[in-house]
Amino acid sequence: MAKQAVKKSPESKEQLEAYYREMLFIRHFEEKSNVAYRLGKIGGYMHTYIGMEALATGWLHSIQKGHDYVITAYRDHAHALILGTDPVAVFAELMGRKGGTAGGKGGSMHIFDPHNGFFGGWGIVGGHIPLGAGLAFAAKYRQEDRVVLNFLGDGAANQGVVFETLNMAGLYDLPCIFIIENNEFAMGTRLEYHAADPELWKRGIPFGIKSERIDGMDVIQMKKDAQRIVDWVRENKKPYFVEVMCYRFAGHGAADNDRQLYRTKEEEAENMKRDPIARLKSYLLANKMVTEEVLEAIDAEELERVEKIYADADAQPAPDPDEVYDNIYSDMKPDLGH
Amino acid sequence: MTYREALTKSMQEEMDKNADVFLMGEDIGRYQGTFKVTRGLVEKYGARDNDFNPRVVDTPITEAGFAGIATGAAMAGLRPIVEFMTMSFSILALDQIINHTAKIHYMSNGVVKCPIVFRGPGGAAKQLSAQHSHSMEGWFAHVPGLKVVAPATPADAYGMLKTAVEDDNPVIFYENPGLYSIKGMVPDDPHYYVPFGKAVIAKEGKDISLIGYSRMTHVNLAAAELLAKDGIDAEVVDVRSLLPLDTETIFASVAKTHRALVSYDDWRSGGFGAEIAARISEECFDDLDSPVGRVGGLNVPMPYARNLELLCIPDENDVVKAVRKLL
Repeated sequence: MAKQAVKKSPESKEQLEAYYREMLFIRHFEEKSNVAYRLGKIGGYMHTYIGMEALATGWLHSIQKGHDYVITAYRDHAHALILGTDPVAVFAELMGRKGGTAGGKGGSMHIFDPHNGFFGGWGIVGGHIPLGAGLAFAAKYRQEDRVVLNFLGDGAANQGVVFETLNMAGLYDLPCIFIIENNEFAMGTRLEYHAADPELWKRGIPFGIKSERIDGMDVIQMKKDAQRIVDWVRENKKPYFVEVMCYRFAGHGAADNDRQLYRTKEEEAENMKRDPIARLKSYLLANKMVTEEVLEAIDAEELERVEKIYADADAQPAPDPDEVYDNIYSDMKPDLGH
Repeated sequence: MTYREALTKSMQEEMDKNADVFLMGEDIGRYQGTFKVTRGLVEKYGARDNDFNPRVVDTPITEAGFAGIATGAAMAGLRPIVEFMTMSFSILALDQIINHTAKIHYMSNGVVKCPIVFRGPGGAAKQLSAQHSHSMEGWFAHVPGLKVVAPATPADAYGMLKTAVEDDNPVIFYENPGLYSIKGMVPDDPHYYVPFGKAVIAKEGKDISLIGYSRMTHVNLAAAELLAKDGIDAEVVDVRSLLPLDTETIFASVAKTHRALVSYDDWRSGGFGAEIAARISEECFDDLDSPVGRVGGLNVPMPYARNLELLCIPDENDVVKAVRKLL
């Protein structure tokens, strides 16, 4: 593993340690959410970020939190957590509780936190991509220097509305970075079976959008590439299209419990060698930046923190029945009840 | 002033009042709008950099794309007015409007607002045939999270569009293409807001309530004149706002006349008039001297041939015929 480590990072030891802590926090948070799902505390659809932690960590540390806008699909816990959303409120939302980010009305797929620049949390594959471009349109309209991180999966890259949006982003020069989190599977359909040309990064080119493919399993390199692209977009006020290669260790959703239908155990084992957390750990140890004991202590602390978050969230009540009509509109309720 | 001019004036005043208000749609700028509702606005609000005019945005022909981009802009606090060249094309954007725009406020429990107006002509015009003649207002009024209004007069078009632009929720603003050239008095008051959820009595009467919105209000008024010749005094209720719906005014009219006929352009089966009729049946049973009647468009994809098309669109004779059955 140490052989794979990239050349000396410009990031400080403290920063790398913080990434390590953050990625572990996400990993433990997601593993706990899987446990809660199996206990029946979480229902519906839930999609974890296990294996992809370096990607969101690298990107979301490259923007100005709270100033820049972020939007993603339903695999959204990690984005909210890194942006600074109260983790208890996130976990409470997963469990449909009153104190959740959306008072229990959104669930796992619909975490919102606009004060930290997070605009969801969307469930229709590819459907939020024009919304993200619209956030960028607003930044351009008001002549602000915000950039938008518009995350989508490789499956979403085939939706028609994504192409419509790329055309308009290119046409209007919107400061929007389209980030394909290519975890190689559209649910249970492998990239080669859903994309006529699996090199998805090329899809920005016809619209005059700067496009490239990069790796998303190494947080140090991810941060470096993300920072370069974010800075370019902020400076040039134009869109960017990035295909980031990663691998989803977990199933598509919590209900996907037969991954062998679409990939072998051997393939999974091979890819798990690229685990971004183990990779950063090797790097930190190989460069003698921290000791094994320190890293183990971090692991234990984050595990404990997640247990506490879960307990606090689980202590919260369900929403009151009379809240069902609240916030359909900002100023009225429907005129017909039961 | 025509209905069309009232809409233009309304938008222009709102754009002058608030720099966050902008227009977006197909051919609304350089081409001045297919029905010329945005005439003159692209010149008034000039381009900024590189031909980009932020206040009047010409879009490619990609309804889902621009409905979504406008929705995203509204999430960030802008107040877009989106024109669909015809409401029939909004079908391409239904996933955006129903699954995204209408859901934002509830799914985020109110932390993200979406102040946006989708407007445009809906219903049959003249020989536009099956793909360009949809009445979409009933589809939208089915969806919690949207507001839906359908003004019949230039004054209401003017005042309701202002209310729509200043509303913090998504509003579907339905214009029947047959109304664009009708004339009427429009108040010379930039603060003339017509509230949503308030029906009006367009003509008082005591024998039957003719209930409709948009173009059908005019059809109902014409029918009332025909009925008057036979000594039948019909009341005409202009619903104006479908969601929210002013059932109070509708029910009060029915309580007075004891008979109700609901008419609408949309397909008769499942059109929004069916909902109004159901509510009257549920709530006014004791007041009614006859079943609630309905007049709607024929359940047919709109044919091209003029004689067939006219068969499909309800007119005053259809209304009169239906009234006679109820009396």
